[in-house]
Amino acid sequence: MSWLKPSWQGLLAILLCLIALALGAMSKPEAAALAQPEASFDYPYLATKGLMFGLLLLAALASMARLSTIVEALVLFIGAHLAAWLLITGINGYEGTALAPFFLLLAAAWLLGWRCVAVLSSLRPVANWVRTALRLIIPAIFGAWILIIWEAVTRGAGIPFILLPPPSAIGARIAGSLPVLGADVRQTIFKAVIFGYVVGSGAGFLAAIAADRVPFLRRGLLPIGNMVSALPIIGVAPIMVMWFGFDWQSKAAVVIIMTFFPMLVNTVAGLAASGHMERDLMRTYASGYWPTLIKLRLPAAAPFIFNALKINSTLALIGAIVAEFFGTPVVGMGFRISTEVGRMNIDMVWAEIAVAALAGSVFYGVVALVERAVTFWHPSVRGG
Amino acid sequence: MTGQSPAVVSASKLGLTFQTNDGPVQALSNVDLTIGKGEFVSFIGPSGCGKTTLLRVIADLEKPTSGAISVNGMTPEQAREKRAYGYVFQAAALFPWRTIERNVALPLEIIGLSKAEQAERIKRTLELVNLAGFEKKYPWQLSGGMQQRASIARALAFDADLLLMDEPFGALDEIVRDHLNEQLLELWERTNKTICFVTHSIPEAVYLSTRIVVMSPRPGRVSDVIESTLPRKRPLDIRETPEFLAIAARVRDGLRAGHSYDD
Repeated sequence: MSWLKPSWQGLLAILLCLIALALGAMSKPEAAALAQPEASFDYPYLATKGLMFGLLLLAALASMARLSTIVEALVLFIGAHLAAWLLITGINGYEGTALAPFFLLLAAAWLLGWRCVAVLSSLRPVANWVRTALRLIIPAIFGAWILIIWEAVTRGAGIPFILLPPPSAIGARIAGSLPVLGADVRQTIFKAVIFGYVVGSGAGFLAAIAADRVPFLRRGLLPIGNMVSALPIIGVAPIMVMWFGFDWQSKAAVVIIMTFFPMLVNTVAGLAASGHMERDLMRTYASGYWPTLIKLRLPAAAPFIFNALKINSTLALIGAIVAEFFGTPVVGMGFRISTEVGRMNIDMVWAEIAVAALAGSVFYGVVALVERAVTFWHPSVRGG
Repeated sequence: MTGQSPAVVSASKLGLTFQTNDGPVQALSNVDLTIGKGEFVSFIGPSGCGKTTLLRVIADLEKPTSGAISVNGMTPEQAREKRAYGYVFQAAALFPWRTIERNVALPLEIIGLSKAEQAERIKRTLELVNLAGFEKKYPWQLSGGMQQRASIARALAFDADLLLMDEPFGALDEIVRDHLNEQLLELWERTNKTICFVTHSIPEAVYLSTRIVVMSPRPGRVSDVIESTLPRKRPLDIRETPEFLAIAARVRDGLRAGHSYDD
């Protein structure tokens, strides 16, 4: 048995294929065609059924042979994704007619994809670029399978478009509405979010320094800051719209209120983070308040400040989108979501969600990258 | 006190009482001490005897509650404002976001020296502690002994005549410690600084000092002052000589006498 190294994913995939084979028809039209062999029906997977089974079984078997890890991963990758692609394209025009074998094959393909990721993550490459590539490929396969399963299940089971559109429809909608989405992103992110984030975080930071410098502010400002953070955004947003008008300024005001407090609290905590010994050291140099702040306390507070910046990057996006539900010019991501839901254009809502998620991730990622560069000295970054 | 060689540190009837939640704690009581220029004075005693507190009073990191103390003829606060001393802590306390040379430059930046002057002093002090070649390293890339040497370089960088050292080698192993002791003596020889050195190791105190101040706890006080008869030039193996052992025995007796109070 030295040429065989079984994996439970591979074995289970073979088992699922065999059950699917035994169950027979993959879709209702095929079942109907089998029931009346004399009539000629057109049905899905007329030509590709054997190919799909062959691909999956072959990939599952080959992956369990003693191959090099790279070849094994490659075989699994091709087998799983080609089968999934055949499965999804084959159901075209027959949405909602899939029977149990369709889902069994999908599960088998998914198991092989799983095995592929497992094999890839067990790799310990030496070269730097390979490691970087793997760090990107593994989550990409992961994410791809979420989309594949979403697509196959919504179309195979014929889930109503209103409840959950397939990702391909959302993608098509994104591609078809780029100007609208672009205008929304410009209005919501480049105006309200960025302005509110910079001003809110900046104000929180300055307030923290002021509270640190002036004792009566520390006693007075922190409790009030605490109260501001407890204000419900749903209540504040319409008031800000009344104060600052329908355009992006009122949304920026909501973002400022939301981002102020995390920055204030984190910076105050960060300013207390430098050690006694370091502060005594600065005292022996007869260093004044500002040199000590700039040379010791702010660098020591940097991890806390970046924590606040990361929290705020997602809070700002949420705040601006929600605030647009309470009155806005006819542009903006929140406005689009609220109106398109009313018009049952759920794919447009999903498109805005996808864009918001992408923008939020990029925003967070940029802040995290800057953090790594600035706090390179911190044990959590330099690793030990 | 008046005359040719004024004392670097002079304390009389010095006392310090901390107010804690469990009532007042007398950390120092009735300390009389004069340290002359160029001396190497060690403070030794069990924990809680106030040796670190005394050093912190000299450095104006604590305020005495009774008695008088002067540093270079000024109050400790004036001396601190004039940057009269360099202080080396129990840990290196280097800033991890600064390279070794930037760490040494820290006091120089605060004093406001020119870039050229800074570079010259960094080079000189790093050579003095044998750290030339490690300028661009970060503290966390160096061993504990090297970090402590860098912190000594930092204390030396702004050329104060008084060096206050609070158990600087306490966290290091015996071999590194011997090595650094030797280097410290050499440095003291070369720079003719006045050094106040807190330790709880008898061999270290005897090996380094021209004078050993034995302290005892509850309340923290000076129980004995021992003048060393060892020559200024001391190889490591001086520690096996009868003279060395005799002084060490006196220190041990002094420590024991201080202890007999509470047993």
